[in-house]
Amino acid sequence: MKFAYYPGCSQEGSALDYGKSTGALCAALGIELAEIPGWSCCGSTPAHAVDTQLSAALCARNLDLAAREGADQVVTPCPSCLSNLRLAADRMKEPAFRKGVNELLDAPAAEVLPESTSVMQLIGRVYDADTLASRVKNPLSGIKLAAYYGCLMSRPADVMQFGDPENPTLMETLLSACGAEMVEFPLKTVCCGASFGIPERPLTARNSGRILELATRLGVDAIAVACPLCQMNLDLRQKQAAKAEDAHFHMPVLYFTQLMGLAMGIAPEHLGLDQLCVSAGPLLRKMDAARAAQSAKGTEAKGGKA
Amino acid sequence: MMNAISLGRMRDPAFTREVEERSGQDISTCYQCGNCTAGCPAGFVYDRQVNQIMRGVQLGLKEQVLKSNAVWFCLGCSMCSLRCPNNIDVARVMETLRHMARHEGDVTVPRVEKFWLSFLDTVRAFGRTWEIGTMALYMFRSLRLTTDLDLAPAALKRHKLPFIPKCAPDEGAAAAGRILARYKERARAKGVRP
Ligand code: SF4
Ligand code: SF4
Repeated sequence: MKFAYYPGCSQEGSALDYGKSTGALCAALGIELAEIPGWSCCGSTPAHAVDTQLSAALCARNLDLAAREGADQVVTPCPSCLSNLRLAADRMKEPAFRKGVNELLDAPAAEVLPESTSVMQLIGRVYDADTLASRVKNPLSGIKLAAYYGCLMSRPADVMQFGDPENPTLMETLLSACGAEMVEFPLKTVCCGASFGIPERPLTARNSGRILELATRLGVDAIAVACPLCQMNLDLRQKQAAKAEDAHFHMPVLYFTQLMGLAMGIAPEHLGLDQLCVSAGPLLRKMDAARAAQSAKGTEAKGGKA
Repeated sequence: MMNAISLGRMRDPAFTREVEERSGQDISTCYQCGNCTAGCPAGFVYDRQVNQIMRGVQLGLKEQVLKSNAVWFCLGCSMCSLRCPNNIDVARVMETLRHMARHEGDVTVPRVEKFWLSFLDTVRAFGRTWEIGTMALYMFRSLRLTTDLDLAPAALKRHKLPFIPKCAPDEGAAAAGRILARYKERARAKGVRP
């Protein structure tokens, strides 16, 4: 199967670290990502808020490019891009809609457009938990995490096909294979406030605040995320959220690719960890301490008394 | 009954039909259980809750529905659709209402629309979004000149906001620009707000 990689705009801006860690992780796992040449923006929320066919046209251009590259599937790290790409491909099956979209394109889109999937699902498909665990060099032992998916990854359920739309578990499967302890996180698919941080701050601050508050109460070392917008709301906007909740947070928010990358033994600087606003330092130190304790135990078991 | 509201005079059955047709949803099946509202993360800023919007659509209360701020503050998270016992795609109805409100020129929360249009302007120019560009255009349009200034130091220090936009290569920028240009042209020809 041939995969075409659609990074999405945020990978070049506010989510540089997601792009970096996705690239490094996939390389370490032997998954080849061939970027779609000349890809353009999917239109994100603003395009579909304005017009469904506009959104579909911006997506169809990219799906068409991928089809012409001979790709069977498009893979993207971003849930918002994924949702738009999948919705567009679905709606393009309807002739009247397709006609309207084709009017907006330079040339009619390919009859058969490739399916799209997420980087997370692709990894989950290539690796079962045991095989993944066997690749781990630096286990996330001693690390407690909450998996937060956001609202778009699993909904609408029939479009996204991501398992239980209120209780997806793929991120937990991948991260526990990497050695982390995963907590039950009831807010895992509740919206963080999306892009309303700019036009209506309370909408984002209150919703993100609730998520950060629960994670703090559960005593996790970090929140694991898959969406650039969720990451920005929970990390860069963490102080705004704290103010809305009248609380104080210090909660690292890492992309699942950064966490898995660490487990695969990739150096933090190749995973963009220096770009987090709330430092992952304590988490890294905890991992080091757990590893040191483990190897001390190992030496003891071998009878070596240093 | 001097101040009774005459519902009959405000009702527009064609509105109900239009929403149903455009959204593809059978709105008559809504029995006001309130599940959609219970799970809605944006309800606390709405002037009318999402179940009230649904009732308004059933009754054909076009004005009240299209002028509600809920149409603009809806996050599109689909929690309502997931939890509706009658399988109504409520989020799709909300999006349909947003489109209809724009076409009618009812923009109750203009800054939300200004943000979207600023975003799309950067896509038209570069083929990809550009955060700083979107922010600058938005601040200019909305005259909210201090939006998120508190975040700038942290974001810039971590190289999260590039000062120079990334253009989509290989004709990508121009092609995306043409899609947006054709869309605008078509909307104008139809006489609707692009
Ligand atoms: S959940 Fe469905 S049936 Fe219940 S009030 Fe909302 S739209 Fe109506
Ligand atoms: S899609 Fe809109 S109306 Fe529905 S739950 Fe989300 S924010 Fe509320």
